[in-house]
Amino acid sequence: MRMPLALLLAGLLAAETALAQERQTCEIPRSFLFGSNDLKHVTEAVTKQHKLTIAVVRSRMSAEDMAHGMGKLLADEKPDLVIWQTGTLDAIRRIDPDDFRTALEQGVETLQKGGADVILMNMQYSPRTDIMVALGPYADNMRVVAQQHEIPLFDRLAIMRQWSDSGAFDLYAAGKDNVLAHRVHDCIGRGIAVMITDAAHLRDLRPGQ
Amino acid sequence: MQERSPTVQTPVVTTERDLRLDLFRGIALWLIFLDHIPSNLVAWVTIRNYGFSDATEIFVFVSGYTAAFVYGKEMRERGFVVAGARILRRTWQIYVAHVFLFAIYLAEISYVATSFENPLYAEEMNVLDFLKQPDITIVQALLLKFKPANMDILPLYIVLLLLFPPILWLLQRRSTLALGASVLLYVLTWHFNWNLPSYPSGHWFFNPFAWQLLFVFGAWCALGGAQRLAAVLQSPITLAIAIAYLVFAFCITLTWYIPGSETYVPHRLEELIYPIDKVNLDVLRFAHFLALAVVTVRFVPREWPALKSPWAWPPIVCGQHSLEIFCLGVFLSFAAHFAMVEISAALWMQVLASVIGILIMVAAAWLITWYKKAEGRRPGSRPKTTPDADLAGGEA
Repeated sequence: MRMPLALLLAGLLAAETALAQERQTCEIPRSFLFGSNDLKHVTEAVTKQHKLTIAVVRSRMSAEDMAHGMGKLLADEKPDLVIWQTGTLDAIRRIDPDDFRTALEQGVETLQKGGADVILMNMQYSPRTDIMVALGPYADNMRVVAQQHEIPLFDRLAIMRQWSDSGAFDLYAAGKDNVLAHRVHDCIGRGIAVMITDAAHLRDLRPGQ
Repeated sequence: MQERSPTVQTPVVTTERDLRLDLFRGIALWLIFLDHIPSNLVAWVTIRNYGFSDATEIFVFVSGYTAAFVYGKEMRERGFVVAGARILRRTWQIYVAHVFLFAIYLAEISYVATSFENPLYAEEMNVLDFLKQPDITIVQALLLKFKPANMDILPLYIVLLLLFPPILWLLQRRSTLALGASVLLYVLTWHFNWNLPSYPSGHWFFNPFAWQLLFVFGAWCALGGAQRLAAVLQSPITLAIAIAYLVFAFCITLTWYIPGSETYVPHRLEELIYPIDKVNLDVLRFAHFLALAVVTVRFVPREWPALKSPWAWPPIVCGQHSLEIFCLGVFLSFAAHFAMVEISAALWMQVLASVIGILIMVAAAWLITWYKKAEGRRPGSRPKTTPDADLAGGEA
């Protein structure tokens, strides 16, 4: 089922420093992370409670099944921010794009009513299986839901494609070890950290404030 | 049944084939090919990046137009039964073509399943799940319920042609009524969410009950509708509206590709237009196609000299053999993807694969024309001597 990683990120700013050193390997153009949507609950959690709970929702389930689990997630983890990663399985199973969007809306609304911020994260770019899975309509619907609910979308699809095009990663490579997976996930994590820092306006904060 | 009683409208149909249709269908086939190669930068030239509609709309409209043109003539000359039977034979050919493409798809996916493994893509590998149950999947594919990505257009075409004989019959007698029925079906489909079921879940990616509107509209235009619309088409007001709409669609589409620019789209407008539904042929898409058609008809007249130039010949010849070239295009997009995975995915390879693919499509179309000429046939005409043509491989 869900893998709720309740992360206590006290030092997002520290991550920023680390990011500067790793820029060469996995640079993300700022425009991919730029957005006008704020993460108010995150700002509040950091400034008032000095404690931030982030839940990452990902699973081998369709968006609809995940949306049903959001209420329980809120009750169990009480997250300030939920990073919801979805779309791949729905695209593979060719779930009706309308049903997919409805499920996304349900999930996002449940989370927003429950007092959590949401970041949607779309699919991985997978050049080998690209021709077999039509991601387009699902990625489009995620963008639409993010726009309409004024939440940030972490466009993993475009970012990973950019890395593949620029030669930062060889995403065509086959191999049973976890090296590539670790490196890519590491870079994705850093990208998300930048997005959160920006959207919650944490950059302006001084430690101890 | 009386063929031409006074109450029956005799459609004004020009007998000569309109080369513009072949030209635009040929271009649509090229664009579909380019769009089907994943991660292909050359696909930036295709129209889907500049507006709401894409090559699918052109293909379906032109297919409706040419079907009405060819089989309408047949129905007037030889009656409902013969024309209807020929339409059904064509439907069968398209079904066979679809099954052929599915076999190629199976080959490609089986290859990926055995040669590629990476923990990064554990979730993506679920696409191979259906190989675990070939008994169910292959039967579902033959029933047109299981349709892999990029293989949705032919099943749509099959259903549209299957239902075409009565529609064509009605179009030739009460064309307005037929078009009205088509619009009504479209509206009811939106209202009641009608669609055909798919395997393993969901519905058809191109909903035939919605997309029939474009096909029937194409057929209606072929059977005299275009002439009736002539006054509207030539009005400068229509042209102005069409251009304004195309510019609007262009600006909206731009915000999808420039990160951060979506903030300039007013919230109200977003709520009004999104989502732009391809499954059910969104009204915005249909309108975008109409606007494109209005502008095209205005600036590309039927007697446009360039249509006879050597530059126009490659797309025209492709458009004249749409089924064969469409299938070839799907196959070539698989081949191009294969080359990108195995050799290089660099820009030079994307350009090379795109160019070679189109050249192969043109060469194949030229070859088919040559075969037909050898058999003494013109594009879209029926074989002169039926038994020989059957032995030689049938109708096209």
